Amino acid sequence: MAKVIVVTSGKGGVGKTTSTAALGAALAQMDQKVAVIDFDVGLRNLDLVMGAERRVVFDLINVVQGVAKLPQALIRDKRLESLYLLPASQTRDKDALTEDGVGRVIDEMRERFDWVICDSPAGIERGATLAMRYADSAVIVCNPEVSSVRDSDRIIGLLDSKTVKAEKGERIDKHLLITRYDPSRATRGEMLSIDDVLEILSVPLLGIIPESEEVLRASNLGTPVPLSNADSAPARAYADAARRLSGETVDMTIPAEKKSLLNKLFGRRAA
Amino acid sequence: MSIFRLFKSSSSAPVARERLQILLEYERRQHGKQDLVTVLREEILAVVSRHVTVDPDRVQVKLDRHDRMSTLAVDIEFPHAAA
Repeated sequence: MAKVIVVTSGKGGVGKTTSTAALGAALAQMDQKVAVIDFDVGLRNLDLVMGAERRVVFDLINVVQGVAKLPQALIRDKRLESLYLLPASQTRDKDALTEDGVGRVIDEMRERFDWVICDSPAGIERGATLAMRYADSAVIVCNPEVSSVRDSDRIIGLLDSKTVKAEKGERIDKHLLITRYDPSRATRGEMLSIDDVLEILSVPLLGIIPESEEVLRASNLGTPVPLSNADSAPARAYADAARRLSGETVDMTIPAEKKSLLNKLFGRRAA
Repeated sequence: MSIFRLFKSSSSAPVARERLQILLEYERRQHGKQDLVTVLREEILAVVSRHVTVDPDRVQVKLDRHDRMSTLAVDIEFPHAAA
């Protein structure tokens, strides 16, 4: 039986899709059978970030409506054979996603996978509430920045009230993933620190993804971060986060880029 | 970059932290409030519906909070034939 996870944030552009692809790939590298689902109807991008944009035939709405069977719509990753993508529809008919329909698809996926990771659209509207509806746990992606922290707080409120688990009186597991973190700026007091964000949101920390040019490089190439350059700081941070997600205890460090000699001599030291 | 910026404190994070703490304390209370009205509305509607047919769109529940007490106003319209 799969664990269903929603990757959510409220705010757009904080790294939900990047993180969905990266956590999915990192879990698949641990020999887990993983499916990632794009819930951003009309603005799908998970296919692009995973380099599968030219292989989309059927999508989530087709499966919900019974036009396609689930195995026909799932796209198997070319690099990792236990990683699958269920893309969103690019049509604008968001109402085609019904609560019952999504529930049926998620139930079917629970039988086939170890992990089902739902990439939520930004906002707090229908798409976002449907993405979180059937989740067992949530990864809240947050930048150390005021608007992102505020929106994360709002999303935490929704997770605690609008999910099936919350309505049954159970607790949904929540994990905070801080992305685009710049340790040197935080040390200088120019950026909210990890402790600030944790104290404000009171959600346990899943990982810290440092700001890095590797993230843009990975999406340019259509490769999840852990696969594009496994030694890079964000790749190691995502791999650690995936291990914590699966229950391992991993020391919380902020991976730093391996610096060149010149940078070591003249660059600022990371905290 | 101006030479003066070198002397100016650049730690804006404590300001961000304090602003967020104040704002979120307020917003969490606001959302809690909305939820109470929603719960009350649904439960009142369920009780009234047992006796008369009510159009859910014709039900208004309003909660006004004041410092020392709050008032709850419930306004339900139903046609005579439904009674």
